[in-house]
Amino acid sequence: MATVVRILERNSTIMEEVFERHKLAEEDRHREFDASVKIQAWFRAARVRAYIKYLHRCANIVQKVWRGYLGRGIFRELVKQQVMIMRMNYYNAMATKIQKIWRGYYTRKYVHNYYSRKQYLEGLMVKNEIIRNELAEYTEQKAADRQHAEAIAAQKKLLEEASKRHYLISTEVVPSIYNSPFKPHPDEMEFILRSVQPRPPTGPKPKRDNRSGIIVPQSPPLPLSEPLPPIAQKLQGPFRPPNEVLKQRFKALQPTLRVQTSFTSVDEAREAMKAKEWVMRVNDNIFEPFTRRTVPYESYLHTTSKYGHLPYGTRYFREENLAQHITSSNFKTVVSPIPVFEKLNDTYAKGTDTVPGNPV
Amino acid sequence: MSSRQVLQVFEQYQKSRTQFVQTIAELSSRPQNIEILQNAGVMSLLRPLLLDIVPTIQQTAALALGRLANYNDDLAEAVVKGDILPQLVYSLAEQNRFYKKAAAFVLRAVAKHSPQLAQSVVDCGALDALVICLEEFDPGVKEAAAWALGYIARHNAELSQSVVDAGAVPLLVLCIQEPELSLKRISASALSDICKHSPELAQTVVDAGAIAHLAQMILNPDAKLKRQVFSALSQIAKHSVDLAEMVVEAEIFPAVLTCLKDIDEYVRKNTATLIREIVKHTPELAQLVVNAGGVAAVVDYVGESKGNVRLPGVMMLGYVAAHSENLAMAVIVSKGVTQLAITLAEEPEDHIQAAAAWALGQIGRHTPEHAKAVAVANVLPKLLQCYLRADASEDLQTKSKKALKNILQKCVHLPALEPLLHDAPANILKHVVGQFSKVLPHDAKARRLFVTSGGLKKVQEIKAEPGSALHEYINTINNCYPEEIVRYYSPGYSEQLLERVEQYQPVA
Repeated sequence: MATVVRILERNSTIMEEVFERHKLAEEDRHREFDASVKIQAWFRAARVRAYIKYLHRCANIVQKVWRGYLGRGIFRELVKQQVMIMRMNYYNAMATKIQKIWRGYYTRKYVHNYYSRKQYLEGLMVKNEIIRNELAEYTEQKAADRQHAEAIAAQKKLLEEASKRHYLISTEVVPSIYNSPFKPHPDEMEFILRSVQPRPPTGPKPKRDNRSGIIVPQSPPLPLSEPLPPIAQKLQGPFRPPNEVLKQRFKALQPTLRVQTSFTSVDEAREAMKAKEWVMRVNDNIFEPFTRRTVPYESYLHTTSKYGHLPYGTRYFREENLAQHITSSNFKTVVSPIPVFEKLNDTYAKGTDTVPGNPV
Repeated sequence: MSSRQVLQVFEQYQKSRTQFVQTIAELSSRPQNIEILQNAGVMSLLRPLLLDIVPTIQQTAALALGRLANYNDDLAEAVVKGDILPQLVYSLAEQNRFYKKAAAFVLRAVAKHSPQLAQSVVDCGALDALVICLEEFDPGVKEAAAWALGYIARHNAELSQSVVDAGAVPLLVLCIQEPELSLKRISASALSDICKHSPELAQTVVDAGAIAHLAQMILNPDAKLKRQVFSALSQIAKHSVDLAEMVVEAEIFPAVLTCLKDIDEYVRKNTATLIREIVKHTPELAQLVVNAGGVAAVVDYVGESKGNVRLPGVMMLGYVAAHSENLAMAVIVSKGVTQLAITLAEEPEDHIQAAAAWALGQIGRHTPEHAKAVAVANVLPKLLQCYLRADASEDLQTKSKKALKNILQKCVHLPALEPLLHDAPANILKHVVGQFSKVLPHDAKARRLFVTSGGLKKVQEIKAEPGSALHEYINTINNCYPEEIVRYYSPGYSEQLLERVEQYQPVA
C-alpha cells in the first residue's frame, strides 16, 4: 500500500507527467512511427538486398560453372580444329615434298634427263660429223669421177682431132709443122699423130628421116656370123685341117645302141624273167576264186561275123602256104652286124647335113 | 592428054602442100616470125591441112600448130576457137604414132597456158584419148601423152581430178618403170603435177604404188630425172602426216642426203624441199630426219648454196626447231644458227631474210639456253636492222619483229642485250628492259657490269609513260641500285649539282 500511497502522493505530478508524457508521445508519435517505418523499411530492404545479393552470387556461381563448362567444350573444339589444321598443313607440306621428289625423279628419268639429253646431243654431233665426212667423200668421189670422164672425153677429142689432121704428120724427108727443125724436140702433137690411124674416108651419106631427122638404117643389120678361120694355118693341097685329122684319128669308139646290145638279148631277158618268176613263185597250182563265174564270151564286132571268126589280123597278116616251108620255125640271123658298115652314113664331104665326129 | 600429065598435076599439088607445111613448121619455131604468121592467117590455112590425105602433111601441120599454140595464149585460144581440138582428139585414136605425137604436142601446147584452155582441152574429150596413148607401145607417144596430161593436171585440183578419173595414174606409174629416161622424167613430172593439189589426189597416186618406183630412182645418175622424182615425192609428202610417213617408209633416208651434194642445183633444191615437207608434219618425223644426220647435211647445203636454192633448207631448219626444244637444240649443235645468221646477213632478198629470221625465232624461243645460242651468234642486231630497215617488206618486218620478241623473252644473256638498249624502238625496248629487270635483282655481278657499261645511264634516259610496263621495268631496275647512283646517272644531274654549288653558303 505504501507504494500506492507514494504513488498517490506524487499523483498530481504523475498525472501531469502522464499527461505530459502523453502529449509528448502524441507529439512524437508520427515522427516515431515514420522513423520506425523507415527503420523497418530499411531493414526489410537490407534483408531483401542481402537475399538478392545472395541469389546473385548463387546465379554467378551457376553461370560461372556453366560458362566454364561450355567454354571448355568450345576450347576443346578449337584446339581440335587447330590441331587438325596444323596436321593438314604438315601433311600437305609432306605431300608436296613427296610430289616434288617424285616429279623430279620422274622428269629426270622419263621427260628430261639432262645427262641423256647431253649424251644424245653428243651422239648427234658425232653422227653429224660422220654424215659430213661421208658427204664430203661422196662429193670428192663424184668430182673425181667427173674429172676422169672429162679427161677421157678430152683425150678422145684430141685423138679424133689428131686422126682428122693426120695429114700433118711429118714424113722422113719433110718435117711437119709440129716437128720444127728449129726446136730441140718435136711437138707433143707429132707423137699423137704418129700413134693414131688416119680417118677412113666417109662412106655414103646416111639417109635421114624427113621429119624427125633420125638416121634411117639402110637395111636390117645382118645376123652376126662366126668369124672365118685364120687363113695362114691352112696347108696347101686338098688336105683337111690338121686338128680335124687328129680329132678323127683319136676319136673314141662310139658304138650305136644296136651294136652295143646283144643280138639275143630279148631271149636272154625272157629267160631271166621266167627264172625270176619261178624263184618268186610260192605255189605251182594257180589260185582260183571260190565262186567261179562263167562269163559268156562277148566277141568283138570287128573280128566276128555271122559266118564265124575272121582270122585275118589275129591269125595271119598275109597269105602264107605253110606246106611249102622247109622248116616249121622262123629264120634267125646268126651273124652279128659289121661295125664298119654302121658308119657308112658318116662322110667327110662338106655340104651334107652330118658333121664329122658327131655320130648320128 | 596422057594420064601421066594428069597425074603430074596432082603430084605437083601434093609437093607444094608438103613444102608449105614444112616451111610453116620451120618458121613457127622462131618466136619473131609468129606474129607475122598469125597476121597472115596461118590458122585457117593449117586447119584443112590437118585433114589432108597425106599423113606427112597432117603430121607437119599438127607440129606447126603445136608450135604456134606453144608461143602464147592468144594463139592457143585461136586453136580452141577454130574447133581444131575435136579433130585432133579424134585422130589421136586413129592415126599412126607420128601423128599421135604431134597431136599430143598440140594438146599440150594449148593446155599449158591457162586453166580455161586446159578445161577446153578436157571438154573435147582429150583425156581418154591421151590415156589410150599412154598404153601405146612407142615410148615417144607415151612421152607426149604423159606430158600433155601433166600440163592439164598442173593448173588446179578439178582438172587434175579429171585426169585421175580418166585412169591416167596407174599408166603413168607404169611409164615410170619404162627404161627410157625422158619418159621416166616426164611421167614423174606429171605425177608431181597431179599430186600437188590435194591430199586425195596424192593418195590416189600413192595407192597406185608410185612411191616405191619413185624411191628407186633417187640414186639415178640423170639429174633431170632426179629433179622430177624429188619434186613428185615432196608434192606427195606435203599434204599429210600419213603420206609423209609413207614416203619416209620407202627408205629414202640416208640416200636422199647425198643428193644434197648433187652438182645440179635444182636437184639439191628439190631434195631440200622434200626434206622440208617431211619434217614439217610431226616432231617424230623431224626426229627421224635429225637422227639420220639430216640437219647437218641441210646446214652444209644452206652454207653451200645461194639465193632461192637456200630457201627450203632455211625453212627446214625452222620447222625442225619449231617442234620441240630438243630438236631446236639439235639444230644448234649442228651449227645451224651460224649458217642461218650468215644467210640473214648475206642474202639481199627480203623473203629469204624473212625465212631466216623466222627460223632463228623458232630456234631461240624455247629456253634461255636456246636464246643464248642465238644471241651469241650476233643475230639480234641484224634482226633489229631488218625490222627497222625502211625498204623492208611487211612480211620481213613482222617476221623479224616476232623473232626478236620470241628470242628476247627468253634471253638472259645480258652482253648480247646491251647493244639493243641503245638503238631499239620502244616496242622492242620494252622486252629488252624487261629482261634486264628480271635478271638484275638476282645477279650482283651483272648489276656492276650494267653500270660500268653505261646501261643504267641509258635506262635513265628512256622516257616511259608512268603506269606502262616499261616504266615498271625501269623502276624495278632502279630499285636494285642505291639512290645516289640512279640520280648520278639521271639526265640533268650535273645541272642540279651546279645549282647546289651556286646556292651553297660557305660557313664563315
